[in-house]
Amino acid sequence: MSSLVAQLIVATLVAGTPLVYAALGELVVERAGVVNMGVEGMMVVGAVAAFAVAMATGSLGLGVLVAMAAGMLLSLLFAVLAVSFNANQVAVGLALTIFGTSLGSYLGKSYVGMALVVPPSGLGAAAADIPILGQLHPLVWLSWVLFTATWFFLYRTKYGLALRAVGESPASAHAIGYPVIRIRYLATLFGGALAGIAGAYVSLVYTALWTEGLIAGRGWIAVALVVFATWRPGRCLAGAYLFGGATMAQLFAQSAGVGLPSELMSALPYLATIVVLALISRDETMMRLNVPASLGKPFSI
Amino acid sequence: MPLHFEARTKPSAKMVWLAPATALALTAAAAMIVFASAGLDPVQALATFVLSPLSDWYGVGELLIKATPMILIGVGLSIGFRAGVWNIGAEGQLTIGAIFAGYLALRFGPGDGIWVLPSMIVAAVAGGMLWAAIPALLRTMFNASEILVSLMLNYVAQLWLSWLVFGAWRDPAGFNFPQSEPLAPAALLPVIIEGTRANISVVFALVAVALGWILVGRSFVGFQLRVTGLSSGVARYAGFSPHRAVWIGMFAGGAAAGLAGVGEIAGPLGQIFPTVSSGYGYAAIIVAFLGRLHPVGVLLSGLLMALIYLGGDSAQMSLGLPSAISGLLQSLLLFFLLAADVLVQYRIRYAPRGRSALGAAA
Repeated sequence: MSSLVAQLIVATLVAGTPLVYAALGELVVERAGVVNMGVEGMMVVGAVAAFAVAMATGSLGLGVLVAMAAGMLLSLLFAVLAVSFNANQVAVGLALTIFGTSLGSYLGKSYVGMALVVPPSGLGAAAADIPILGQLHPLVWLSWVLFTATWFFLYRTKYGLALRAVGESPASAHAIGYPVIRIRYLATLFGGALAGIAGAYVSLVYTALWTEGLIAGRGWIAVALVVFATWRPGRCLAGAYLFGGATMAQLFAQSAGVGLPSELMSALPYLATIVVLALISRDETMMRLNVPASLGKPFSI
Repeated sequence: MPLHFEARTKPSAKMVWLAPATALALTAAAAMIVFASAGLDPVQALATFVLSPLSDWYGVGELLIKATPMILIGVGLSIGFRAGVWNIGAEGQLTIGAIFAGYLALRFGPGDGIWVLPSMIVAAVAGGMLWAAIPALLRTMFNASEILVSLMLNYVAQLWLSWLVFGAWRDPAGFNFPQSEPLAPAALLPVIIEGTRANISVVFALVAVALGWILVGRSFVGFQLRVTGLSSGVARYAGFSPHRAVWIGMFAGGAAAGLAGVGEIAGPLGQIFPTVSSGYGYAAIIVAFLGRLHPVGVLLSGLLMALIYLGGDSAQMSLGLPSAISGLLQSLLLFFLLAADVLVQYRIRYAPRGRSALGAAA
């Protein structure tokens, strides 16, 4: 029994990790007052880039790095249009998602159905002695490091304070000398990098194969998670694992022969997102107190 | 930087229509780069891409049949977008339209009644509106983001359709392929241009454009929606209900998408597959923006987007490129458009560093 619990915990961590990366990245972006709805598109491109590089070189690490770069490149495109040119952030984010999804299927065409043979990593072998957690991929560990670092950055450094100030009141931040545009660019690039890693994790670790529709709305769920978390990193982490757990519970239930159609089970994460979104957004005062005050509003000097 | 943006005192009326043209030119240039990188002669490949789909009447019919769902949905979405109501769920609303109409077609189509087709159309529109009502309800009652809710429902609708087509609706004589049996003739839309597949839904799209034009340009409701989109504060002060704008915006998109859904299964598809849409619900978002959220603009941009779809097919057949290139070019078009749109609100000024103190601000 305890091994089943251990299995469930590991499975939850494994399934929740892409959401941790993507949602943590988007959280930082939104804390700077920018809403980038292109997470899904950046994840798709990150996934295909990582997969292509890993297939060509056999190196997962290089794949992850390229995915990060790809995500940052796309987010730079977003930042130029939405932060510098003051284009509508929702429209640009949607464009980014549509673009990333199509770019992913264009580039990934020749990889459809291919599987990646993962060479065991040295780090993994060293950690294998640790009970439960030892089975986890280094990227899972890295997500915890990143989470801690992000939390520390946001709440314990003056740079984090500056970023939050830009998100609350860019005019005041500008008046006391913070470079609003530069901070928004950096935050957006950070979000792009994390979305890229999230995509790479899905295609390299989670499935280790490439199919179209691989990301399956995870980027959108990550955007929703930031709202659920009322823009706080700790709740973001918890929410990501809650959703990871829900995804896994569905697989466990299926293998245990629960008599519900598999399509209904697959729909559960999306339905759960809708329900939780409605429950959280319901409290208008709480939302207004937590949302970065300048979220989605362009700033020009 | 010596170049900087300077806000115009009022939006440039000329740039509103020049921006899409600029975006189109840039997309054509990008397409030529893609062709060249695939080792093709860029000019000739572009000519093949754009011209070969239209070489005969059948091709023109295909253009109309592809453009129809995007124009329909584009008109519906643009009504909402004007009011700042972001319905991203047209793909799902289309799917539900196909499910509702599909049920009637499979159940009553073989009985050959003349009422089958009209009731399919009504059911599809109702289905699309019902699916759109969920995000509208959650937005107006619980303040939940209609973007996220409508998007999530796309996946749910898709899974529902898969469940049906892989299960109860699977054609027993279909060699176990996931598809329904072919729809009975009574459940198919009549073809209006001899020798093509262009059917009556083309007329529906034109009617939708006309209705949309009246609503957007000639009615008080259209004015209220636009004010709501421009400034929700002003709209509230003037007594225009923001909730009503959400409902109108979502219903317009849902009804149009549902209608597009029945147009697919009772039109070019002729039966029900696990995917009934070739991404029309998302493509229509591009169509709406490219058409400047104006019904006549949507008509033109829908035709253009359909041409890119067909160009992708012919690129696959005669140039050996993946047909995913059409999606790539369509989304690039949207990006270039959003970039070119900057010039509606700003002008580019050349001011060498040091000469103008104001220029340093950029």
